[in-house]
Amino acid sequence: MTTDSNVVPVEHDPLTSMPHDTHGGISNPVLGMLLFITSEVMFFGGLFAAYFSIRANTPQWPPINPETSEPFHLAILPFVGPATILLILSSVTCQFAVWAIRRDDRVGFLRSMTVTVILGIVFLAIQVTDYALLGQEGLTLSSGTYGTTYYTLTGFHGAHVLGGVIMLSVVLYRGMAGQFSARHYDAVEGASLYWHFVDVVWILLFSLLYLLPGK
Amino acid sequence: MATTKVRRTAPAYGSTLYDWVTTTDHKKIGILYIINSFVFFFIGGLLAIGVRTELAMPGLQFVTDQTYNEMFTMHATFMIFLFVIPMLAGFGNYVVPLQIGAPDMAFPRINAMSFWMLPLAGVLLLLGFITGGTAAAGWTSYAPLSLDRPLASTGSGQDLWIVALALIGTSSILGAINFLVTIFKMRAPGMTLFRMPIMVWTMLVTSVLVLMATPVITSALIMLFIDRNYGGSFFDPARGGDSILYQNIFWFYSHPAVYIMVLPAMGMISEILPVFSRKPLFGYKAFIFATAGIGALGFSVWAHHMFTTGAVYLPFFSVMTFLISVPTGVKMFNWIATMWRGQLVLKTPLLFAIGFLSMFLIGGLNGAFSASVPVDFALHDTYWVVAHLHYVLFGGSVFGIMGGFYYWFPKMTGKMMNETVGKAHFVLMFIGFNLTFFPMHELGLAGMPRRIADYSSTAGWNDLNLLATVGGFTIAASMLPFLWNVFLSLRSGAPAGDDPWEGNTLEWATSSPPPAYNFDRLPEIRSERPLFDLRHGRTDER
Repeated sequence: MTTDSNVVPVEHDPLTSMPHDTHGGISNPVLGMLLFITSEVMFFGGLFAAYFSIRANTPQWPPINPETSEPFHLAILPFVGPATILLILSSVTCQFAVWAIRRDDRVGFLRSMTVTVILGIVFLAIQVTDYALLGQEGLTLSSGTYGTTYYTLTGFHGAHVLGGVIMLSVVLYRGMAGQFSARHYDAVEGASLYWHFVDVVWILLFSLLYLLPGK
Repeated sequence: MATTKVRRTAPAYGSTLYDWVTTTDHKKIGILYIINSFVFFFIGGLLAIGVRTELAMPGLQFVTDQTYNEMFTMHATFMIFLFVIPMLAGFGNYVVPLQIGAPDMAFPRINAMSFWMLPLAGVLLLLGFITGGTAAAGWTSYAPLSLDRPLASTGSGQDLWIVALALIGTSSILGAINFLVTIFKMRAPGMTLFRMPIMVWTMLVTSVLVLMATPVITSALIMLFIDRNYGGSFFDPARGGDSILYQNIFWFYSHPAVYIMVLPAMGMISEILPVFSRKPLFGYKAFIFATAGIGALGFSVWAHHMFTTGAVYLPFFSVMTFLISVPTGVKMFNWIATMWRGQLVLKTPLLFAIGFLSMFLIGGLNGAFSASVPVDFALHDTYWVVAHLHYVLFGGSVFGIMGGFYYWFPKMTGKMMNETVGKAHFVLMFIGFNLTFFPMHELGLAGMPRRIADYSSTAGWNDLNLLATVGGFTIAASMLPFLWNVFLSLRSGAPAGDDPWEGNTLEWATSSPPPAYNFDRLPEIRSERPLFDLRHGRTDER
């Protein structure tokens, strides 16, 4: 069917611009992931701002636990330290996986990615253990600003770790099906960027919640 | 007259309904956005009529205080989050890929997901009405009012509100990522950044604002949800929390959201004014820098909503607020200079664009008054503020949306809209709008607080309130010619052809409605007006 037109189209078949990645530069999925991470930074920015604001407005930090009349304390450093190291290691292995697939080394890619997923799961397991121990000590989401900020910040980070583990697992599954190569690995790149972001958030959280001295 | 050959593709899976529900075509998704937004515009409008009816006379005639609180809360919620923001995203969805010569958005399936979150969120909000009361703490839902179940909401309405807003926010963020990748990566050959239509530029800046601001309100909503449901104490001063913290985080999003709600409408009238003035847009680059300037400054003015809390640094936020009127003034100058000595074609889209221009000017001026701290202390939370926000959001965004609707309707449907009925719509809406909201300036100066269901009959507010109510019903009446026009045009509108307005931008280079893949052929793009160049044989480099 034809329609009337007072326009004379010339030149340029628009379909030539369809394989956009051939323009060079960053690919659509990776740019999309970077922008998504930007929004995640702002999301955690909101939570961190709330933490700092409440901390600054509280005369003593950590505040007094009304049940024991002593300041709250986190007696779980022996678990958290190793968990932090494991998460940083997982970021390294994740990057190894990206480098491997760039070299078209599918075996190395699968090996590194498997290690990354396992490390992520171990981190989550440790976090669940931490929560159980803290719960026994009486620190809960409803025990004042200290508990609320602690569980909200670490809880949302944990949720992001879980999301990252799922994302990496999908990448691993697709990798086992042979879907990635040195010419096609946007999903690997995107998932690894996200995983690095989750790692950086944890380093900030760890410094803030466990290392920064109270007042 | 040459012809554009169009390959018609049959609906992919047989039935039309299935095709629309499962579509990933940016044009169909854009139209779905627009239809969905109009549905919630009418629901929000009915609530506004309810508010105006109750306020027509002193005393409580029709509703209880609680119902009144629910009505104005849900009116604002529907209008802001399910009408203006998604409506502009819908126009962006339809127009942006066409204007940059792309075959679709960068992530078509994510695009469909962004849309389908909206009706879901709308249903969640509506559920409040049948589960014992909606949110009723105002669209701002300030803590601790929104924490306090007996006052704010008798049912789960406030929680439904939080979940729905988080959904809408996620939809906006995914949409913004989609727009940014589309604009940065999918432009046709020759479409450099400084040849992009202004509509695309405003969507770009809006998307950056959405990307940076919306996640922040999501964090506030989540904290509010934890406080309400899991014994958290972020915003409860009695338990060591900070209620001003909520206001800070809320306005850190909600002030940029004001620009999210108006920048794309500015983009629309910046498409309409040059076409109907038969002139290029005056100061194309200045306009772009002004848009970017508004976006950047938009992040540093949020606390002007909080002057009277005494908890913010007044001089800084006051100065920044005055400062943001400079790029806005640049745009005013651009628009007026575009029309200056142009051959104005007084069709409905131009009328609505001029409506935007004049009403937004009033909204900008009365806003500048409130930027002054001592004046704001007197005007805070009075009807002056209600007048101001409606002059920018209704006088600005809604007039822009209507202009855009009349402008792109022929492209979307292949049918022209009726000019006579369109003009009747404009005149009725313009008169009704001013009847409703102009008296509110006077009411605010006379001290009438906003968000009250009843007022003293001796306060001297009776006549102006009645006038505003008459205006409200006039606006409602103006929807009749509008709907009649849409119905009439869809049934028997004149065929539009490719380019009924002699447009400047690429969407007019394809058929109306465009095929699923948008373009068979693209013209050379050598300026920001490729179609003007094509019509007038201009081939030299700018």
